[in-house]
Amino acid sequence: MPDNIMIPPASQGISRRRFTTVAATGALISTAGLPMVRPARAATPLKLGVLLPRSGHMALIGQACQRGAEVGLPMLRDMGYSVELMNADTESNPDSGRTQAEKLIREGANMLMGCFDSATTLAVAGVAEQKGIPFVVNIGAEPKITEQGFKYVFRNFPSATMLGKSGLLLYKDIFATAGVTAKTAVLLHINDSFGMGMLAGINALMPKLDLPFTIVETIAYDPKARDLSIEVAKAKAAKADIVMTVTRLNDAILLVREMVKQQVETMGITSPGSPGMYDKQFQKALGKYADFCSVNIPWFDPKQEMTQVLNAAFDKIYPEESCDLNVGFTFEAVLIAADAHKRAGSTDPQALTEALRATNIAKRAMLGGPIKFEANGQNMNLRSAVVQNLNGKPTVVLPTESAEAKLVFPAPPFKGRT
Amino acid sequence: MDATFFLNVTSGGLLTGLVYGLMALGLSVIFGVMRVVNFAHGDMMVVAMYAAFLLFTKLGIEPVPALPLVAGILFVLGYLLQRFLINRFLGVSEHIQFLLLLAIAIILTNVMMMVFGPDARNIQLDASFESYTIGPLVLDKVRVIAAVAAGGVALLLGAFFRYTTTGTAIRACADNPVGARVVGLDVENLYAVTFGIGTACVGAAGCLLLLLVDVQPQLSSDYTLLGFIIVILGGLGSLGGALLGGILVGLSEALSGALIEPSLKSMFSFGLLILVLLLRPQGILGKTS
Repeated sequence: MPDNIMIPPASQGISRRRFTTVAATGALISTAGLPMVRPARAATPLKLGVLLPRSGHMALIGQACQRGAEVGLPMLRDMGYSVELMNADTESNPDSGRTQAEKLIREGANMLMGCFDSATTLAVAGVAEQKGIPFVVNIGAEPKITEQGFKYVFRNFPSATMLGKSGLLLYKDIFATAGVTAKTAVLLHINDSFGMGMLAGINALMPKLDLPFTIVETIAYDPKARDLSIEVAKAKAAKADIVMTVTRLNDAILLVREMVKQQVETMGITSPGSPGMYDKQFQKALGKYADFCSVNIPWFDPKQEMTQVLNAAFDKIYPEESCDLNVGFTFEAVLIAADAHKRAGSTDPQALTEALRATNIAKRAMLGGPIKFEANGQNMNLRSAVVQNLNGKPTVVLPTESAEAKLVFPAPPFKGRT
Repeated sequence: MDATFFLNVTSGGLLTGLVYGLMALGLSVIFGVMRVVNFAHGDMMVVAMYAAFLLFTKLGIEPVPALPLVAGILFVLGYLLQRFLINRFLGVSEHIQFLLLLAIAIILTNVMMMVFGPDARNIQLDASFESYTIGPLVLDKVRVIAAVAAGGVALLLGAFFRYTTTGTAIRACADNPVGARVVGLDVENLYAVTFGIGTACVGAAGCLLLLLVDVQPQLSSDYTLLGFIIVILGGLGSLGGALLGGILVGLSEALSGALIEPSLKSMFSFGLLILVLLLRPQGILGKTS
């Protein structure tokens, strides 16, 4: 190229002003009329601090929640949301949760999300409230989380009272749909704080809800016990119509296996709301004997498109893991955070908090109406489903308008199952 | 709760107790001959459980057919451990022996944690869901298989010590080590064989226990403690005592769970231990020194 090229004088060629005008006009023409491939995003991505128990005694569930936080990110990006996760491990411990929350805020988190266990959630809520940083609770049932007058805490998960009431009332729906009513139940429950809390809730609510059955025997056991043969023998001796369980995963497997061995035949094995029986490991360990066990629990809405997309994405990346409510509610927490950020158009905590208060998300993954928060930060539009294992898969069978298959009650006997 | 309930619970306790007894046999054999208390006993059993688990998951060999192989592996492990390590500590004070075996226990537990992780593993057999029905009695099939196998191994062990030359030589070492040397017995080798037999017993028990419980590294300390309770109940050094102690613990766990609270069953095992220590400190079938 010759080295004596000069920019032509204005009189001979395009002026700077004209160039700018033409370029701007050209850009406007080139973009007008074209379909928007992606919606406009807020300029600065939301920095969302994710606080979950990825180590310690709740590590397995914490890691499940983490999968929920991450698996939906591509879908959220396609929807025009812009969020970056800042992950922290609460170590299944409220003090660590508090420390990590403060650290995330110092490192620039605009919003926090977490924490699965109620004790840590309460601790982090205190930090969020003190620092004026909005905090979206993915999972945590302790009623106090939304009863302390916190202004920056928003919970998209039922409180223990809501869970207990929904879980027990669904028994009426089960009996009404099946046309068969159980008169007696034996309750087997873990004796840790969760199990004892559920027991207290069940004992308090049963007289108020006018349920058609009575609990004739209550049997507590250690969730770490390796042999539950005596407990199941006691349950068998109670000769109840149904077995109610409050379990975790390994003990749920032991219980049902023992029931098969001891030929404990009842109308059904149901849980008013606890982990274990919907887990993939439960299906894998028990095969045909896992079928017809059911849990009354907040669950995915199978009719929502977002649920289909999320489940497909999850199964592709994590084929050996369960896509369950831990994944679903954690995904929804990220969705809520991202949605508030988009409407606020800002990462300012006050603007984000105002946006969270005005949340109204109809297209969601979990069962219930649109996600909306009351003045105390609680979303009341949450619904429990009867999730029954059918053909090796947890399947929504009630409410009927959301059902994927028909409820099977009474369950067929263990003997003779194929 | 009716008679059927107690009958079923008692029979379950008895069957489990036989497996416990086999586990404790190894501990009793080692102490009876060498006066060494194997504080790594539970860890060796968990090693055997993992060996049986791997043989099943990788090669499809079920625990009962795998028993001779697993017992053989544990025999070699025990023989080498005794011959090249523990033997050097035989004459030293008990607390040094305790520290050595505790160190071995810690190493074994942590190696298993590193290799297999902390999560519980189990095996699924068709028989895991089956039971035998005899009138009102419903007997868990795998528990029956485990108990029968445990009884068989215990009988074999008794026959070995009674009717074989090596068994007789080992009993001679136990009775009088100096005299045994004088008559030309290779005491070091016999001690190593004894330790190997003890660990083979615990290996067999581990194989059978895998039929009943899930394996994880954290089990080891629980079973070491259980082993001690059983041999102290039955009498350290007494083979019959170990079996009897195992059955007593199995029964006490079952009945206390049935009558009171399953989560308190360990309390009753310890209560039984305290009672025996107060009334007959040498154990039910143990000999006074």
